[in-house]
Amino acid sequence: VKDSMRGLAVFISDIRNCKSKEAEEKRINKELANIRSKFKGDKALDGYQKKKYVCKLLFIFLLGNDIDFGHMEAVNLLNSNKYTEKQIGYLFISVLISENNELMRLVQQNLKNDLASRNPVHVNLALECIANIGSKEMAEMFAPEIPKLLVMGDAGDTVKQSAALCLLKLFRTAPEMVPLGDWTSRVIHLLNDQHMGVVTAAVSLIEALVKRNPDDFKGCVSLSISRLARIVTSSYTDLQDYTYYFVPAPWLSVKLLRLLQNYPPPEDTTVRNRLAECLETILNKAVEPPKSKKVQHSNAKNAVLFEAISLIIHMDSDPSLLVRACSQLGQFLSNRETNLRYLALESMCLLATSEFSHDAVKRHQETVVTALKSERDVSVRQRAVDLLYAMCDRSNAEEIVGEMLTYLETADYSIRGELVLKIAILAEKYASDYTWYVDTILNLIRLAGDFVSEEVWYRVIQIVINREDVQAYAAKTVFEALEAPACHENMVKVGGYILGEFGNLIAGDARSSPSTQFQLLHGKFHLCSPPTRALLLSAYIKLVNLFPEIREDIIAVLESDANLRNSNVEIQQRASEYLSLARNSTQDVLATVLEEMPPFPERESSILAQLRKKKPAVEDAIRVRGEKQQQRPASGAADGAAASAAPIAATPASGGGGGVKLQGDIAGAESNTDSDLLGLDFGGSAPAAAAGGGGAGGGSVDLLSSILDVGVSSSSSSSAAPSAASGASAQRKTVVVGAGASGSIVGEENWHKFVCKNSGVLYENDILQVGVKCDYQQSSGRIVVYYGNKTPAPLAQFASVINLPDSSLTNQLGIQVKPVGDRVGASEQVNEVITVDCMAEFFACPLLNIRFVYSGVAQSITLKLPLTINKFMQSSEMDSATFFQHWKQLSQPEQECQKIFQAKFPMDAETTKTKILGFGFSLLSNIDSNPANFVGAGIVQTKSGNIGSLFRLEPNQQAQMYRLTVHSIKPGVSKRLCELLETQI
Amino acid sequence: MIKAILIFNNHGKPRLTKFYMHYAEDEQQQVIRETFQLVSKRDDNVCNFLEGGTLIGGQDYRLIYRHYATLYFVFCVDSSESELGILDLIQVFVETLDKCFENVCELDLIFHMDRVHFILNELVMGGMVLETNMNEIVARFEEQQKLQKSESGFSAMPNRAVSTVRDMNLSQKLRDIKIPDMPSFSSLYQ
Repeated sequence: VKDSMRGLAVFISDIRNCKSKEAEEKRINKELANIRSKFKGDKALDGYQKKKYVCKLLFIFLLGNDIDFGHMEAVNLLNSNKYTEKQIGYLFISVLISENNELMRLVQQNLKNDLASRNPVHVNLALECIANIGSKEMAEMFAPEIPKLLVMGDAGDTVKQSAALCLLKLFRTAPEMVPLGDWTSRVIHLLNDQHMGVVTAAVSLIEALVKRNPDDFKGCVSLSISRLARIVTSSYTDLQDYTYYFVPAPWLSVKLLRLLQNYPPPEDTTVRNRLAECLETILNKAVEPPKSKKVQHSNAKNAVLFEAISLIIHMDSDPSLLVRACSQLGQFLSNRETNLRYLALESMCLLATSEFSHDAVKRHQETVVTALKSERDVSVRQRAVDLLYAMCDRSNAEEIVGEMLTYLETADYSIRGELVLKIAILAEKYASDYTWYVDTILNLIRLAGDFVSEEVWYRVIQIVINREDVQAYAAKTVFEALEAPACHENMVKVGGYILGEFGNLIAGDARSSPSTQFQLLHGKFHLCSPPTRALLLSAYIKLVNLFPEIREDIIAVLESDANLRNSNVEIQQRASEYLSLARNSTQDVLATVLEEMPPFPERESSILAQLRKKKPAVEDAIRVRGEKQQQRPASGAADGAAASAAPIAATPASGGGGGVKLQGDIAGAESNTDSDLLGLDFGGSAPAAAAGGGGAGGGSVDLLSSILDVGVSSSSSSSAAPSAASGASAQRKTVVVGAGASGSIVGEENWHKFVCKNSGVLYENDILQVGVKCDYQQSSGRIVVYYGNKTPAPLAQFASVINLPDSSLTNQLGIQVKPVGDRVGASEQVNEVITVDCMAEFFACPLLNIRFVYSGVAQSITLKLPLTINKFMQSSEMDSATFFQHWKQLSQPEQECQKIFQAKFPMDAETTKTKILGFGFSLLSNIDSNPANFVGAGIVQTKSGNIGSLFRLEPNQQAQMYRLTVHSIKPGVSKRLCELLETQI
Repeated sequence: MIKAILIFNNHGKPRLTKFYMHYAEDEQQQVIRETFQLVSKRDDNVCNFLEGGTLIGGQDYRLIYRHYATLYFVFCVDSSESELGILDLIQVFVETLDKCFENVCELDLIFHMDRVHFILNELVMGGMVLETNMNEIVARFEEQQKLQKSESGFSAMPNRAVSTVRDMNLSQKLRDIKIPDMPSFSSLYQ
């Protein structure tokens, strides 16, 4: 029986009977050798045999082995007219061929044929394969075609269904490739389709499309609501096949409810009421007795319910629905099913962010605390922590923080770091009594010192410095904490800093006299790491100012060999500078230089920023609540104010303070530089720190000489700061010359792909996609850069700058930029048009620096612009005689460049030809005596003249090497062309 | 979106792996191992959702899984999917397999890897849910089987390989496989 693929079954049984890993490997290798010889053999294999071997390879791959052959045979199967053979071929390709495989072209050709087939099963196979691979190239090639299938009148249901999802996948990969057109309105009407499968697929597609152009798809709101209404009011017998364990079309309901979360509540009252009815019906069904005892029934029912609750929270407009949702979730909190408890905790987190239901959520505090203590599953406990964090406000903060601290002692290591951040934020946000805040943070360090990040202890110091009323208490508390026999290094840091600043406030007490304070700190000194020791040295010099009576003790420590000759430069430098300061200065100078730190400027808590990085969604929601409550002062004004921001009394930085600030250790929180010596900063303006570059740019600065250079920013190396500052001062320059390295260059890999082609994606991360499309004519070019915001939040202060890393580029290229606006909205795409004139040959590559602020964090990305000299090259045809004549003319040493190198890609002649043509050279036949060699010519066109160039490429298949020779009129050009072409083949 | 679908047995041996985002071969194997370690150490009655391992994308991704007898079915999804919905989808997948293979067991997945993939293709496409109606999926699968029969020219092609193997020697081999180790896992979902 042919189709049972008996050989395959035998092989699998063999493998399963292997007694050892070695035996298994041996059997596999034997089989691989067998298949290889079959594929290479003289006897042509028929479709069935190919199918069988390809199937075996798939099985071997599944077992975890690399498969490095068989791809060609799989691609051959695509040509078969037999469905089963085609099917196996496509299976192999979507599992095993990566997007940049050289066979992709062949695959694409087959896909094209199958898409055009009259046979719907073939069309479906092709659509599946395109979706499963889902690469950028697939999008480029097929995205414009697929909408036709989707709205074609006579396309079958299954084709429509697959086409919708295939288009969705391509849209996710490369939204810019999916054209908008009149098909969009017809897609909306698929919501009315008879076939529920088509509707489900269409909703998924529309949900993605509306994120790009919400206005174009507005019509889907009322259509989805009526579709939803028909489902929720139907009895489970109406929808037959789409009823799942007595729940009518749960999957589609979930999708529709999700789609509606992209829009505000409908304005039309009839539509709005209809939606409210739907949601009520869903909530009502939740309390009806179950129609089945099976878990599938309750799962399906609750999937719809949870999505309905999400929509209710999203609309945030109907208090009665919100409160009902909350009480429903409250019941789930004590449900037997762990899954429901988990989801209820998660949804409640969102409910807690609505002002209408915040209080209702708070009523469940006790249950949540119990969950935190008693849940067996760490995933559930984590959700409980999230919820406690979200429901916290001024009224319950002390209690919740207390519970979290208790939990911290036994919490899983994996979540301690996040827990510490949350406690620190809550303590700061809701502290009415700052002694409580100080106690909480010190407790944190005591309980989980290893998990207390720098941001946390920086912040406690910022707050203590800014609040006079807590300084004495803080000094006393850290002193007591340091008296413990063992304390965490972070405690030493905080203690050192605070005693250095405010030790005098507790010096009156004999138990904490100046010398006791110093001895206590110094007792920890030797156990600490170098950065902490350096910080302690700064604290000591501050103590010299506070307590002249212990000056000699401190001088003794500073001048000890252990410090003055420490192998650590930082310690050595601090010791020697502080030593001369302590020895040579009068009390007046000391008092001025070592004055108490002025208050820190108020800024967003760095801890909050860090947490937001970890949990963007939740944090945003909570922040939004804060903002909302401010907008509506009528409701719960007191709470709104509390939630809004860290309530630090912000005194503006005092002008002309003129004191050494030990800011380096703290300002380092903003820049990510290691704590530098002293962020010297005289005068109130603090240029470097204010520009966000941090006060810590400059490595070690000579303390004494800098004191004289009043007002000069100490850093010469932080070029980022000045350019950021100029951006802020409304003088937006779009082309900057010689700005030096502004951050490391990313996306180099993609850049190489542009040498031979003109459009595609240049760079992509989680936030931003940068696409490029260019065209060149003679010596001019036009580069369109597409910036796509992939996030649901806008990118603020968006700016792009072209840097010319090499100053000679200014004469070689004329660049003009039509800049983009300073904001890229959520899921929006904007484009920037750059026009380029090539004045003369150029070798360096302009850089594109993109800056923006995403969820409060400044981002900077530097990319190489895909602009290379070959872009201005036009291919040139000539006969053999002319070619050789030019070749000989251009053979001065500086006109000629030859390279021998390893092939970077498989040496396939066709591919190489395409690349050479894409590069800009012509391909001339009948010139080289060896037909395997490539020969051609091109002319680089610049405003200052044309530069003729010739090339010859000799492949050596055996060694997998190439020899490339380029001759060109202008020196340097041949070398550059060589370098560029080398990376491509 | 679904990022990957993994089926492995209690010992971590993969029985089906399908990635909807590109991973190199060795990364795929690492993801499978990591996922197995995360999932297999969990008790049977804890919740079916957990945050993804570092290789699959960390906190932004969830693993939603079910454990049937000898097999784990794990779907790795992003935040745009409903957790309970995916849990239902796994159930639909298993019930569909059960219908197509008549009392499916681990062995069916091993010997009919291709068919399992074809069934999955009817359910999920490019990481998105294509069809949730079991009858529709089964109908499409059967249509494929019919096509296969007509193409091979045999009309009475039995559905299961075990019964098609007429070779004495081979059936002996198959008998050697310890089938009692692999109870039909569909019997457990009631």
